[in-house]
Amino acid sequence: MNIINLDHIAANPLLPGVQEAMIDAIEKNYGNPSSQHKLGDAAAEKLQLAREQVARLINSPVEKEVIFNSSGTESVNHAIKGVAFANANKGKHIVTSNIEHNAVLRTLRALKMMDYRVTSVPVDEYGRVNPTDVAEAIKDDTILVSIMHSNNEIGTIQPIEAIGEITRDKKVIFHSDAVDSVGVVPIDVQQLGVDLLSFAANQFYGPSGVGGLYIRRGTRIWPLIDGGVQENNKRAGTENLIGIIATGVAAELAVDEMQFRIDHARKLKERLIQGLRQRIEDIIINGHPELSLPNLVSVSVRFIEGEGIVLMLDEENIAVSTRSACAAGALQASHVLLSIGRDFADAQGTLVITYGRNNSEADIDRFLDVLEDVVQTLRNISPLYVQAKQAQA
Amino acid sequence: MYSNTVMDHFKNPRNVGEMKDADGVGEVGNPICGDMMTIYIKVKDEVLEDVKFLTFGCGAAIAVSSILTEMAKGKTIQEAQHITNKSVAEALEGLPKNKLHCSNLGADALQSAIRDYFDRKSGKVRKEPKRKDEHEHHHGDRCYCPYCDVEADEKSPVCVNCGQELEAAH
Repeated sequence: MNIINLDHIAANPLLPGVQEAMIDAIEKNYGNPSSQHKLGDAAAEKLQLAREQVARLINSPVEKEVIFNSSGTESVNHAIKGVAFANANKGKHIVTSNIEHNAVLRTLRALKMMDYRVTSVPVDEYGRVNPTDVAEAIKDDTILVSIMHSNNEIGTIQPIEAIGEITRDKKVIFHSDAVDSVGVVPIDVQQLGVDLLSFAANQFYGPSGVGGLYIRRGTRIWPLIDGGVQENNKRAGTENLIGIIATGVAAELAVDEMQFRIDHARKLKERLIQGLRQRIEDIIINGHPELSLPNLVSVSVRFIEGEGIVLMLDEENIAVSTRSACAAGALQASHVLLSIGRDFADAQGTLVITYGRNNSEADIDRFLDVLEDVVQTLRNISPLYVQAKQAQA
Repeated sequence: MYSNTVMDHFKNPRNVGEMKDADGVGEVGNPICGDMMTIYIKVKDEVLEDVKFLTFGCGAAIAVSSILTEMAKGKTIQEAQHITNKSVAEALEGLPKNKLHCSNLGADALQSAIRDYFDRKSGKVRKEPKRKDEHEHHHGDRCYCPYCDVEADEKSPVCVNCGQELEAAH
């Protein structure tokens, strides 16, 4: 079955080179990197290589500053809880934004139950945080600022560098959830001024089940998983070496192909947005027009609900994602879309279209063709559409 | 995720459209919950001669409205009054748990349309149909977690069973 995958943010296909690296790692049957014999040495060497490859992707100066774990979500949990626990004697106040991923929101929710306090700063209509708000939110007992690099629903990129200057000035630890940015747009942890940065391999054509956390040397943080001395004493548990080796290869490919991927994605983004605007009335393109991810378009299709659109597109073998409350797993409208000023109904009709290096302009055209019909079909069923048309008449 | 019957009604919804000369109109739901349904009925000799719908909502909500119109059409008003959300869900061969409370409002909309019909007949001034922008308790007084269907403590911000946040639902 030939499926047009416009839901890359959910799962990127493994690149051929990454697949080969995984198969090779399985066949070589490396040992445990912690073992003090030849099998262990070979494994440790591979682990070290992968760490260097990933360090280059984010321009981390010392490879030891990158640790591997199980997912972007684990990285976020580790960064926030690890700092909160290690610095509880200094204070229990954390600053974040209104449009963070659930990994951040729910981690903070758990901390709130342990008497930590959280200040969440608002965003503008494009989903951008104002660094001044962050500066004002920082109090004497603030121990951590956590602001995402780019938003997974609307693609808006935050002024991380400016926030980094503030946190350094105020000597507060700064974490950025960069899961949707690393491997997609250039990330330089030194330039950004972050102390912690979360990312995940499956966002840059690596395997699912491998995440990474950049920890600037000297950052006071506890492990989330206690046990052995793996990952520089910061994340215990035998490493997922096969996945990590593949992640290293994916990171190297991301460095090599970065400009090509960005140019390709920008071209598709332009075509997609133009096509949407020309062919479908009453839509809202969400997110910042320039300061946003090249590989993501968020569109609110007014008067209809997103799950219906996704199901109908799926019938035509096109995969996209929706942030509608009705989509599986969530029954509430997206906090991100509400934060940037969408009303409940418009938030319900929002699609997140994410594409990659293997998508073509023909994929975008086919999507637009099918979407136009699907939208009209669903609008003809919608009381909101019928009311709006009558009001216009 | 959905049964074949749900998918069939979602893909080929029956009896879609506004009914300009309806004898009764029922509206339920609100966009905060994600679903809004309008049911129109045409009554002749106490029989639902025609039933139509308009729905803003997910696949389940559209399928619920569609099958409901089929179930109600041709029935006497008395028979139609026995249609419940539960019997609609059964006719669809079941709905996912998390859809039972938010999307399964078809019978409520039908009953509201029937009440509207009686109101008009008895000459009662018809109030503008109003959608409640509040969380409704479909099981009576008790509140159930919309995610896992286990009885929820209204004071708790989180469902004790599944951990989902409940604040927005109240």
